[in-house]
Amino acid sequence: MSPAQETAIAISAQLGESTKSYIASRSSATEFAAAFDMWAYSVETSCIKRGYNVEMLSGGDMLIRSLRDEGVKYLFGYPGGAALHIYDAIFRQQEVRHILVRHEQAATHAADAYSRATGEVGTVLVTSGPGATNAITGIATAYMDSIPMVVISGQVMSHLIGEDAFQETDMVGISRPIVKHSFMIKHPSEIPDVVKQAFYIARTGRPGPVVIDVPKDLTAPFETFPYEYPEKVKIRSYTPATRGHAGQIKKAAQLLIEARRPVIYSGGGVVQGNGSGLLTELAKKLNYPVTNTLMGLGGYPGTDKQFLGMLGMHGTYEANMAMHHADVIFAVGARFDDRVTNAVKEFCPNAKIIHVDVDPASISKTVTADIPIVGSVESVLGEMLALILESDDKPDAGAIESWWTQINEWRERHGLYTAPRYNTSGEKIMPQDVIKVLHEVTGGDAYIASDVGQHQMFAAQYYLFDKPRRWLNSGGLGTMGFGLPAAMGAQMADRDAVVACVTGEGSIQMCIQELSTCTQYNLPIKIICLNNQALGMVRQWQDMQYSSRYSESVYEDSLPDFVKLAESYGHVGIRVTKKEELKAKMEECFAMKDRVVFMDISVDTAAHVYPMQIAGAAMRDMWLSKTERT
Amino acid sequence: MRRIISVLMENAPGSLSRVVGLFSQRGYNIESLTVAPTEDETLSRLTLTTLGDDHKIEQITKHLNKLIDVVKLVDLTEGAHIEREVMLIKVKAAGAQRAEIKRCVDIFRGQIVDVTASLYIIQITGTSDKLDAFLQSVGDASILEVVRSGVSGIARGEKVLSL
Ligand SMILES: Cc1cc2nc3c(=O)[nH]c(=O)nc-3n(C[C@H](O)[C@H](O)[C@H](O)COP(=O)(O)OP(=O)(O)OC[C@H]3O[C@@H](n4cnc5c(N)ncnc54)[C@H](O)[C@@H]3O)c2cc1C
Ligand SMILES: Cc1ncc(C[n+]2csc(CCOP(=O)(O)OP(=O)(O)O)c2C)c(N)n1
Ligand SMILES: [Mg+2]
Repeated sequence: MSPAQETAIAISAQLGESTKSYIASRSSATEFAAAFDMWAYSVETSCIKRGYNVEMLSGGDMLIRSLRDEGVKYLFGYPGGAALHIYDAIFRQQEVRHILVRHEQAATHAADAYSRATGEVGTVLVTSGPGATNAITGIATAYMDSIPMVVISGQVMSHLIGEDAFQETDMVGISRPIVKHSFMIKHPSEIPDVVKQAFYIARTGRPGPVVIDVPKDLTAPFETFPYEYPEKVKIRSYTPATRGHAGQIKKAAQLLIEARRPVIYSGGGVVQGNGSGLLTELAKKLNYPVTNTLMGLGGYPGTDKQFLGMLGMHGTYEANMAMHHADVIFAVGARFDDRVTNAVKEFCPNAKIIHVDVDPASISKTVTADIPIVGSVESVLGEMLALILESDDKPDAGAIESWWTQINEWRERHGLYTAPRYNTSGEKIMPQDVIKVLHEVTGGDAYIASDVGQHQMFAAQYYLFDKPRRWLNSGGLGTMGFGLPAAMGAQMADRDAVVACVTGEGSIQMCIQELSTCTQYNLPIKIICLNNQALGMVRQWQDMQYSSRYSESVYEDSLPDFVKLAESYGHVGIRVTKKEELKAKMEECFAMKDRVVFMDISVDTAAHVYPMQIAGAAMRDMWLSKTERT
Repeated sequence: MRRIISVLMENAPGSLSRVVGLFSQRGYNIESLTVAPTEDETLSRLTLTTLGDDHKIEQITKHLNKLIDVVKLVDLTEGAHIEREVMLIKVKAAGAQRAEIKRCVDIFRGQIVDVTASLYIIQITGTSDKLDAFLQSVGDASILEVVRSGVSGIARGEKVLSL
């Protein structure tokens, strides 16, 4: 505690009991408030007389003020009993803007996507009990994708905790496995420190969500404490890695230069860790092929010729083949997820692996790294690039050229663009074509928020992201319902940007209520619904593994009229059923710059996502179409 | 392999549940667990024994280190160390059994800490193996109740686990 805070506390104690009982004896709420304000004012002026500038604030005010001082611009949330003092504090200021969603899950997804789009920490406020439990899916989503987020949850009054009080849930307990850390406030005076620590923990090291649980009594308006927002934070038990080990980096640079069949495999860590620029420079310098995970898309320009596309379960033929045949794999900010590696024991049999990750627990978790480097992508890539530029050794140009010849041959043979994986000449609108048209109409420069399913994979395969932080999707948890609120978060982050939500008729119904939030805050999102009348991804698996027994993956004509639904929220609805009108209608949609437009596009129900890795085998083993495999 | 991991962590609400939660969440097993504050009230020392191959133990220590409350940890089994566990046992001790059990306690350097006409309470300290051996020699038939503290350990020599 600072001397100023100590003085303020001493003075409040001196004013003592008589003042308190005077305040308490006021008969009306207004008089009470007035007497209280006078008291707080007299503490403040006495402090100023002693040369200390302090401000007396209640817990609720401190919380919001701390957010302001942390630089928070938007707070996504939903009010309720235990959070009402905090909501009153929000009302009495202008700097932190609250966005009222229609379901707490949406608040977490919107804050999460705000973070993905900007790199800042997303911030959420919910009430206790159902408010807190509704936020859980969104917290888990952010946790799995390592997204920095701070979630403040109201809690019942301290003395009621543990008594099964009204709307009590053990938020710290329920969220424990899906947070980076959590705090329960014990005294209002801790609030500024805890907020500071929470944001620091959320954003540093491997980012992740942090929960702050705040009992209602600790935010009460008429109990004030001297406020000071800490400038620095130090947590003795937390020292996230930054710079990688110099010796390891040197070894890695050398191995990379000596590679004859290299692949750069980059993931979400490069996007979140602002490493795209350096990665691109390094890859360009070496003329090495790059593949991205689902989370890493945009980390390397999607339209560049050195880009192989996504790898993994629905990765491109050339990316998976290149991985399998590589002699050196440079993995950066990626975590060898099982959707990437396929069977670990068959994974890249001839490759030496360099793995850069800020989290030591990601390294050698599933696939053993030959050169592990614990550090942030930004600093490690910077040092590696410098070493490569300085080095007298150069890659063997002949070897790299024949590697490219091989890769280009794979690309010619089964590439997504060179040898389409679907019927391009039929009557029906193919979902892949919708994404291609979307790319064309938006100039490849939109923020694309996605839901989960086949549409997500088509978007990942065909919308070639040239910039990081443009592709917003739930990879690790695969949360249907993420798309629309995520699009809202992106639009809040960049009010002038073009934001589209690629979704399916299944996923969109999981957070459809947010169409109302879009109305309230004028968020002109374009919803591109690939309506295949089915839980397509489920249906695809049923086609492939259950002899097309469509157990509960179809809805029997129960779908709403999405056009009318959109209209009822005050938005524009456009239905597309004919292939030849797709492009014109898409253009019409994006021409309506200040409106939410819901495009309900009927696409081929039977379409499958290909390539698809064959389970239990190596990366090179794939289905290329319904009838063709490697 | 059996490992003894010793953890120095913040003596704060919730830190123990984070450690325990980590083990159940990731499917690691805990054989025994002891925890108490240290001479520095702000820190707790936690000792746990677990089973796993090198890969698993590496993951366990990495994940423990990631917990914000964990200040430092050491895998004691990596070097020379001393391990101790305390056990209290209530046994039937009547007739000829009494002398027999008393002799057994002496051999294991235990103490009889409470006596009635028909039973003893025995206190015995040592490695977990020694306690197991004692239980075996007393035999299931006479054992009424067993309480074990779980393992505590400390590294031999100069090495210390402190701030
Ligand atoms: C239907 C469906 C299908 C899918 N199919 C595929 C697929 O075909 N291919 C695919 O790739 N994925 C697919 N996924 C996604 C998959 O489940 C994983 O989410 C994804 O592969 C993980 O991406 P990543 O390895 O980049 O790791 P992320 O989850 O993005 O993790 C980032 C890693 O980088 C590290 N990191 C973070 N910040 C930094 C920093 N500053 N410096 C250094 N390191 C940092 C983290 O510690 C972490 O290890 C699919 C998901 C769904 C829902
Ligand atoms: C909340 C949630 N429940 C269930 C699933 C399992 N699941 C994955 S994809 C999918 C179908 C999605 O259907 P739709 O949104 O219509 O997309 P499509 O695959 O048809 O493009 C389901 C049910 C999930 N990922 N998330
Ligand atoms: Mg569908």
